[in-house]
Amino acid sequence: MNIKVKYFGQIVDATNTNEELVNVNGEQISDLLETLNNKYSQLKNKDFKIAQNKELVSLDTKLNGSEIALLPPFSGG
Amino acid sequence: MEGAISSNFIGNSIYKHQTKTSIGAHNIFLGQVRADVIDGKTVAAIQYTAYEDMANQKFHDIREAAFKKFDLTCMHIYHSLGTVKAGEICLFVFVSSPRRKVVFKALEYIVEAIKAEVPVFGKEIFEDETHQWKVNN
Repeated sequence: MNIKVKYFGQIVDATNTNEELVNVNGEQISDLLETLNNKYSQLKNKDFKIAQNKELVSLDTKLNGSEIALLPPFSGG
Repeated sequence: MEGAISSNFIGNSIYKHQTKTSIGAHNIFLGQVRADVIDGKTVAAIQYTAYEDMANQKFHDIREAAFKKFDLTCMHIYHSLGTVKAGEICLFVFVSSPRRKVVFKALEYIVEAIKAEVPVFGKEIFEDETHQWKVNN
């Protein structure tokens, strides 16, 4: 499955791109994360949460094809 | 909104509420960029980026929750995107109610929710043009 993945803040320092389509083998967020960790070696050192379709999800959440975002610690205000 | 929030904009927002005469109390929070000194380097500005679709949805959710929880007449939230220099305003939250006690509680609730739930990311730019990513306490 091809998933649109967006990167924000310091995550972009690890990926050097703001968004891309990622081909995932598997059904869960954890499968996508494994793919990304293999692709970007520096990602393991980063602290982030994952959103699917603009809601935070956990590693065992099922991928439903909607947009994914990797969100480092929020620092608004 | 792009860049710093001007005192003119804030003053004008207050002015616009003069026609809403059921209001008896306003409360305003202004977030200002602090010139923190970190390892001998001074923060000159913060560059804000956001996951805008999710941020707008979260602002909407916070707004709905605040209206449900508190007897508010109106509320407004403005957050900067892009570069805001030290000393300039990056967050403006404005709540209004018939009674004062409500706005004290509501404002704190809303500001804390923004800090915790809205995906905005601040990059602290030092005077020597190096940077570090800001983390909220």
